[in-house]
Order: sequence, then structure tokens, then C-alpha cells
Amino acid sequence: MSDTYTITPEIEAFIEECKGKEFSKSYLIAVLHKIQAKYGFLPNNLMEEVAIRMEIPTSKVYGVATFYHMFTLVPEGKHIVNICLGTACYVKGAEQVLNSLKNSLKIDLNQTTEDGLFTLKATRCIGTCGLAPVVMVDEKVYSNVTPDDVPVIIAKYKNK
Amino acid sequence: MGKDIINNYLKIKETSHQRLKDAGYFDRIKIQVGSATCENASGAQDVYTEFEKMVKASGRSDILLHMTGCTGHCSSEPIVGVFIPGDIPVKYGHVTPQKAFEIFTSHVQGNGGPVVDMILDKKTDRLYNHEFVFCGQGTKCGDKSDKVAQAFKEKIKQLGMEETIKVASGVCFGVCNDMNNTSATACYVFPERVFYGNITEADLDEIIEQHIKNNTIVKRLVVKLDRVNNHFFEHYGDVEYFNHQLRLTLKNCGVIDPESIEEYIHFGGFEALANSLQNDSPQAIIDKIRISGLRGRGGGGYPTATKWANTRNAKGDRKFIICNADEGDPGAFMDRSMLEGDPFSVIEGMIIGGYSISSERGFIYIRAEYPLAIERLENAIKLARENGFLGENILGSGYSFDIELRLGAGAFVCGEETALIHSIEGMRGMPRPRPPYPSQKGLWGYPTMINNVETLANVPVILLNGPEWFASVGTEGSKGTKVFALAGKINQTGLVEVPMGTTLRDIIFKNGGGIKDGKKFKAVQTGGPSGGCLPESYLDTIVDYDSLNKAGSIMGSGGMIVLSEDDCMVDIAKFFLEFTQNESCGKCTPCREGTKRMLEILEKITAGLGTMEDLDKLERLGSVIRKASLCGLGQTAPNPVLSTLRHFRDEYETHVKDKKCPAGRCKKLLKYEIIAEKCVGCTACARRCPVQCISGSPKQVHVIDQSRCIKCGMCFEACKFDAVKFN
Repeated sequence: MSDTYTITPEIEAFIEECKGKEFSKSYLIAVLHKIQAKYGFLPNNLMEEVAIRMEIPTSKVYGVATFYHMFTLVPEGKHIVNICLGTACYVKGAEQVLNSLKNSLKIDLNQTTEDGLFTLKATRCIGTCGLAPVVMVDEKVYSNVTPDDVPVIIAKYKNK
Repeated sequence: MGKDIINNYLKIKETSHQRLKDAGYFDRIKIQVGSATCENASGAQDVYTEFEKMVKASGRSDILLHMTGCTGHCSSEPIVGVFIPGDIPVKYGHVTPQKAFEIFTSHVQGNGGPVVDMILDKKTDRLYNHEFVFCGQGTKCGDKSDKVAQAFKEKIKQLGMEETIKVASGVCFGVCNDMNNTSATACYVFPERVFYGNITEADLDEIIEQHIKNNTIVKRLVVKLDRVNNHFFEHYGDVEYFNHQLRLTLKNCGVIDPESIEEYIHFGGFEALANSLQNDSPQAIIDKIRISGLRGRGGGGYPTATKWANTRNAKGDRKFIICNADEGDPGAFMDRSMLEGDPFSVIEGMIIGGYSISSERGFIYIRAEYPLAIERLENAIKLARENGFLGENILGSGYSFDIELRLGAGAFVCGEETALIHSIEGMRGMPRPRPPYPSQKGLWGYPTMINNVETLANVPVILLNGPEWFASVGTEGSKGTKVFALAGKINQTGLVEVPMGTTLRDIIFKNGGGIKDGKKFKAVQTGGPSGGCLPESYLDTIVDYDSLNKAGSIMGSGGMIVLSEDDCMVDIAKFFLEFTQNESCGKCTPCREGTKRMLEILEKITAGLGTMEDLDKLERLGSVIRKASLCGLGQTAPNPVLSTLRHFRDEYETHVKDKKCPAGRCKKLLKYEIIAEKCVGCTACARRCPVQCISGSPKQVHVIDQSRCIKCGMCFEACKFDAVKFN
């Protein structure tokens, strides 16, 4: 299984570019971002690979990967459904929207649907408080979402 | 020193001007569409595409479709501006592709004039021959301008000219110091776009005779000012929401195309930098910042000049400057808006800051959650390099400086400066004890200056308009303006920039248009998870660092969440503590364990299991966490709880003693019941109930099984006969 996840030439080039720069080890987070952008999560074998290539102890790479909320160590669904639970969304009823999402997708937070289509996540404010409550599917932001809107939004991605 | 920095700048400005001219920027009709994360989420891109099609189809070459950042008027997005040379600028709100068609055919194409009922804020119900906008109440002048405006209004009324002449009040224009006459008032007039200064009641008749009746400008009263807000109305039109603001750091947001360095330069961009490099020593710049009285806008309110001087005087072979754009407070979005709408101002502020501490390298640490802001910053840095404002030998001054973007990965604690430094270094973003402060020992051990986005955006404004002028805006201890992000139960959500010293009441009710759905104001939460909640009795508190501290809250980065009677203060306190507890990095015990214990107590209270001792325990625990935590996150984490305990203790007591949540937010304390007399047996509630705990046959009274009810409230929403009630 593990060879399905490899350092692509693009990621390799990026690592090499970083290594040529001053304070090269400081680019670890940027490298992990690249890998996650490619595979949707951080595969174990690639974290080890990064550790060797960047000459950073594996424990430190793992430490960074687990510290930041945006990194995930398990594969995620094709679409990431992010519900904002920031203050503005919360006071505007994000909780009800979250319940509706859980009902529609039949999963809990941080779980992935059986068909691998959706992962449900919560985020802390995406800075569009004027439109609260908001739900973000991949990069698209849905504003003023009500519990009833949820099935409609989800359906859009099911048929794709 | 014989350096030709200013000349080099002027050359760049000239070519830049030429490029704008060639693009028809100055003489074509402009249709301006907002483009930012929030604008796009409201559908601005579709509107843009629609206009694109229509412009193409019309075959007209005199129309320029113009993209701009976000104006901060979130609740009315997407916003479209139509600027016809010689006409009053008009802004439309809530524009849809269909409405775009109407705007285009009537206002742009036809001679029908603006589509009146779609105008932003719908303040204008007709178009006037002249509009007089008087300056609003400043912090020093009392209500004299209101009096003059009122007198003028009376006169217009007496003359029966109300149909054709509009009299409005705006914000403090900050021009009194220029006029050297603080007993008079100022007024801006459309469509002539003249600024009258020094007006007293005695001048009003002359204005009516000359300006209105004879259509000639009263030259004697005209003041020429070259201040940021001088062009204000030309860009924003006469919109109530903007009239009550003094936009210094947001001056370009919603005005320029954030991807065009030419437009930034056109509005005075990089002039402050060129002047500084030509005429000022690094120390002279720091002195100017000191005179301006600028304090850090990220929350702490530390005097910016002191920070700069400390870094400048620290020993080190090299120095760094960091722009902290890790805007993590839920409910704050001014930095995002600024970086999406006007990334150049922040870059210019950073170069000047870098020069003043003799740094050659700067970093912008930005949240990965802001993809559009990152894209625009990257573009702006590239353009600044191409035009000689970044890189080697900036403008021929011999000074070299460059900026690199570094992305966060979702950790709130990284807004704390030492944690942020660790994150840039590629490590876990955990804070360390201070001192040594970053200004002594920061990034990779070198002296490092860390400034917030808004702080840096203020720098060009100060240097361009003079530090003394900047210091004339605001209060004794807090100078200039502050941008606030209004959200929650408020009519006009969005960004407002107001002079320091404005009251909370004015911000919420004047700028924000009051509470949504006519509900009653309950509290305002300022400063995000580190701040506190203030009740109605504190509405007349003025916003500056010291007053808010005294009231038990903080300025913070400027988030302002307005809460209504529907919100439960215990629930809100719990919400914030859940946040900080979750975001605690775990390094120090008081924060890691303390916030967890506090949260447990709050959960107990909201579940109806709290005791009165728990309230004292919360206070005691809170004060320990405050004193003993390592970094700002822990030291401020108890604030939401302590401030609500101070101002809303009775609500806590109701939860504890009566086991009730007055606002109906704490689910475990709720009990849903069906009123038998009102139930018609329509089965709507039973069908919606996710746990099937409602029983009853059609046309018979339904009953909720309390033991299985999860209190989701679906039945309450589903019932059309008001037969479901909750206590």
C-alpha cells in the first residue's frame, strides 16, 4: 500500500529548492502542506521520507504534523465539508447546521462517509463572519446556511 | 546625500500613471465589483461574469469593468459601484446577475440614471440636486456640527427645498486642525465635490443663495485638503454605512484593484517609503512613529515606536521583521479584508519598518485558512519586486529588503509572538517564557520585530499625513483609528473603522444599525477568546485600550460580537472556553489543566448540575490561570468567564439555583412540551423528530417522550400552530 504514496517529482523539486535556502529546516511546514495538497493527508512513509531528505528527526516531523490542526494522518473523503464553529457562526445557529450535516451524511465530526465522498470537519472561523453561519465545501463558501439547505448543498457534490 | 530616490519614485509613478491612462482608468465609465472571500461567497463572481458579458455585448469601449477588494459592508454583498465621470458615484448592494442586468441597461447604458431602489442601504429614495454631508461629532468638538447641520436642515425645510436638497451627517472628517478653527464645522457637497470648511451658522444663508440658488461655489469657504479622507465620498458614494467611518487603514479597501500596483501608486502608494528613504534616518522614522502615538493593533496595545527602538538598539548581526497575519480570533476578519483588499499598504509599512531597524529580510506569517489573501499577497510582493520597491537597492537608495510568506497550519496559539517564531522556524508552535523578548532574541536568535497587519498598514498613513495629524485623531492614550469586525446579532455585519474614543453604543447602533430583528441588546463581546463581555450599562464606554481594560474586557484585535436577548451568557462563556481549551498547546500546566477544569465546571452548570460553590471555584481557578500561565493565550483564557461572572452573575445563578436557561440555549436544561389545546395532530413534529420520540395518531394530540428527547428543537421549528413550547 505504502508505495501508492510517493514523493512526486514536483514535491522533490520543492524539497530541493528549500534545501538550497538559508534556514532550510524551517520549510518543514511548507513541505508538509505540499504533500497534504497532493494526497489529502500525510502518509507515514512520506513523513519518514521527508525526515531523511530534510535531515530532521522523524519524531520532530511527526511532532509538527500532529501539532497543527490542518494536518491529518488519515486519508480523507473526496470533498471536505467544513462547518465553521467560530463565534459569529455559533451565535447564528451553526450547531443546528452541524446536526443537519451529521444527519445528512450519517457521520460524526472528523469522520469520512463510507463511499469516501465526504469528510466532515469543523473549523474555527474562516473570517467571513458577516455571512454566518457558513459551511465550506472544499474551497467554496456557502453563506447564511440553514439546516434545510444542507441536503441541497450535499446533493450538489454527490452527483459530480 | 545626492540620492535620487524621490526622482526614481516619480519616474515609476509617471509610467504607472501612463499605464492606467492607457487602460482608460481616468475617463471611462467604471463598473466596480467587489472580490474577496466574503464577496465571492455571496456570488460576486457571477455578477462580475454577467457584467463582462454585457459589456462585451454592448460593444462599448468606454466602459471599464473594475475589480476591487472588500469594502467591509458584508451584510450587503455583493456590492457594485458605478462611476460615471462627472456624476455622483453610486453603490448598489445585494446585486444578483439579474439585478446586474437592470443596473447595466438603466444606469450604464440608458440615461435612466441610477436604479434608485437598489442603491446600497436604500437611504436615498430619490436623486437630489445637491447633497450636503456635514462632518459628524468628533471626540473633541461636541455636537457643534450637528447643530449647524440641524440649522441648515431647518432652513432648507422652510424654503421648501427638501425634495431637491439633501442634508446628511457623516463622520468626523478630522480636518479641524487644518482649519485652525475648532468652533466651526466642515461639509462636503455633491455633485460638485467641494469641501467647505469653517462653516458657522452665519454662513448658511450665503451657501443657500450662492450654491443652491445660483449654482456657484462659495469660494470663500472652500478648503483644499490633501488628506486620506478627502477622496472618501468619491469612492464610497454617500452611503450611511461608510459615512460614519474614518477610513485610514482601510482607505484603499474597496477602492483599488488589489492586484494592481499602478492603482496603489495612484493613490499615494509608496510615496511614504520614497520620502522616508530620501529624507529620514531610521531613527527619524522611529521618532515620527513615537509622535504619532501608534500602539500595536494586534491586541496588546504596546507602543509601536518603543518596539521598533528596542529592536533597533538590540545587538545582533542581522535583524528580522515579521508581520503577524495569523488572525485566529474567531469573529475577527479585518486582517483578511485588508490583505485581500489592499496588500500593498502592509508591504509598504513593512519595508519602512525594516528600514528603521536596518533589517534586510521580512516574513509575513499568515493563516493557511486565507487562500485568497495568500494569493493576493504573493502577487503584491511580486509586483513590488518588479517595480523596484522590494529587493536589492530599493529605489536606488542602497537599502535592500525582501519579504517572504510563511503559512501557518491551523494553530490559534501561533498568534502569540514566541509561538509564531517557532512556527516560522518549522517547529511546533509553542510559546516560550519572555524575557528575552523577540526584540532581543527572536527568529533564529536574532533581534526580531513583530507587528500586526493593521499596525503596519497605519505606518504609511502616519508618514504621509504627518504624525502630529495622526495624533490629533483619537484619545489621550490611544491615537488614530481602530477597525472593528462587527458580527453576531447585528443588522450591519462587517468592518467599520472609527476614531479611537467612539462609544460602543455608536459603533453598535450607528455603524452597525442596531440589533437584528428588533431584539434587545444583551452584551457585546470584544477581543475574541481573550476578551470579555460587556453589558448594556457599559455601552457608553469609549473604545480605547485603557477604557476597555478598565471595563473588564480588552480591545484585542477588534472582533466585536454582538449578543441579543436570545443568547445565554453561560453558554457563550462555555463556547470560548471550549475554544481556548482546545487550542491550548499543552506546554504549561495552568493553561492545559486549568482551562479543562473550568470547562468541566461550566458543562456541569449548563447541564443543571452546578452548585453555588462552583461559581467561586470558577473565579478562583480563573485568577490562578491568569497569573500562572506561560503565554497570552492562557493568561487571557479565563476572561470570557470572569467577565460574564462579573456582569451576568444572575444568569449563572439561574442556571445553578433554578436549573433554567432563560435564553433557552442550554439544551440540557430545556424541556419541550406540546400544548394539548393547540395541537391539531398534523404529525409535522413527529415526522421531523430525528429520534422518533413523538407519538400520536393523525388529528390527535401528540406527546413528547421526555426520556428519549434529545432537545434538538426540530419539533418547535416544524410546528405551524405554536403548539410546541419550551421552558
